Amino acid sequence: MMIKPSDQAVGSIEAMKAVFARDMKVAFRQRQDLLNPLLFFMMVVTLFPLGVSPEISFLQEAGAGILWVAALLSVLLSLDHLFRHDFDDGTLEQLVLQPQPLFLLVLAKTMAHWVLTGLPLVLLTPVLGVMVHLDGNSIAILCLTLLIGTPVLSLIGAIGAALTLGLRSAGVLLSLLIIPLYIPVLIFGTGTVAAAAEGAPVGAYLALLGAFLVLALTLAPFASAAALKVSLSNS
Amino acid sequence: MSEPLLQAINLHCERDKRELFRDLSFSILPATVTRVEGANGSGKTTLLRILAGLSDAWAGQLLWRGEPRSRVRESFLRNVLYLGHRPGIKPLLSPLENLRALMAGRRPMGDKVLTQALARTGLAGYEQVPCRHLSAGQQRRVALARLLVADEPLWLLDEVFTAIDANGVAAIENLLQERAAEGGAVVFTTHHNVQIAGTKRLVLTPGAVGYDD
Repeated sequence: MMIKPSDQAVGSIEAMKAVFARDMKVAFRQRQDLLNPLLFFMMVVTLFPLGVSPEISFLQEAGAGILWVAALLSVLLSLDHLFRHDFDDGTLEQLVLQPQPLFLLVLAKTMAHWVLTGLPLVLLTPVLGVMVHLDGNSIAILCLTLLIGTPVLSLIGAIGAALTLGLRSAGVLLSLLIIPLYIPVLIFGTGTVAAAAEGAPVGAYLALLGAFLVLALTLAPFASAAALKVSLSNS
Repeated sequence: MSEPLLQAINLHCERDKRELFRDLSFSILPATVTRVEGANGSGKTTLLRILAGLSDAWAGQLLWRGEPRSRVRESFLRNVLYLGHRPGIKPLLSPLENLRALMAGRRPMGDKVLTQALARTGLAGYEQVPCRHLSAGQQRRVALARLLVADEPLWLLDEVFTAIDANGVAAIENLLQERAAEGGAVVFTTHHNVQIAGTKRLVLTPGAVGYDD
């Protein structure tokens, strides 16, 4: 056998599928880590009525905001794990050295992160929505905004996670970097539910959230990929 | 004389305001084994990371088969295999799953071939055990199983002999030698006493650089 340089390539889509599948498999081997953001989400939402006021009128008014803030914070908490383990065991180096465009592989990882954290939050929202006395229509709208909004949180968060990868205690810096970028999503997410509660049309709000998603989907993976290369280069 | 796979021209690297090497020029030809030597902290790992494309902290020129590497990035990455200090093994996955995941983006292979490769590295019977239950040496062997199925023409191996027992070291020596005979190129670093016939030495000493054929 003679070894010659080859130009046979594995397609980007197959490579993305493999990255996604591996991340899912690793996550399900460590189910405790999967539960953490969900538990946090539930705890915050449960503590609000106890700590502030259990009055139905208050909860109806503040419920959507509470759920959105809790969801945002629990995504934020899970972000540090997005690349950290891969960085520590060296699989991230191998990912960066794969011949496929890195931003696509990062997108696959971010999608896995959303499926493992954002999506379960959306699925849990109807139950917690009932707990804070939201009516059916509000719950439906709230779920829809979270469904559009949480992928944005994962995508933007990936940039921060990639940037702070080389640092030993990245938590605070990560939050400081990311929270300002989360604020517009939060405002429009809760704004949609408030508008719906007043009977106003929500189409424009949802369109804006959708625009955030498209913007994040097209730009964030490039930024994350570049940040990962910088972090690895400095390590 | 065949065309060099990788050519470094006047490489310069500084880390933490300390110059690791300057005006470092060399060529990696097919069918050669090159050993990068130097004291701790002389920049062996840094050099290998630069060659692999993981580090951007360098100046100079790197040519992949005669063309600037940045222009042929995809072809370069497809044909270079890098194994670093951190073996790239997920502790929660089994050796077989790890190997499958590592090959998926490069050369997808059937489980039969991968199982055989694992068996050849002495991991028969461990295919389904999560890697965190394996010893450090066994985890390294999972990463090394990749070499048995890899057909990248250039290997960059950083401290691959770490935590490997004497038999394993001999097996890797043989593998690298066979590899060179088949036309592949290997660049490696080690502090072990490794004997591979025809090894070129690339010596990194602070300030001055010698390349000894």
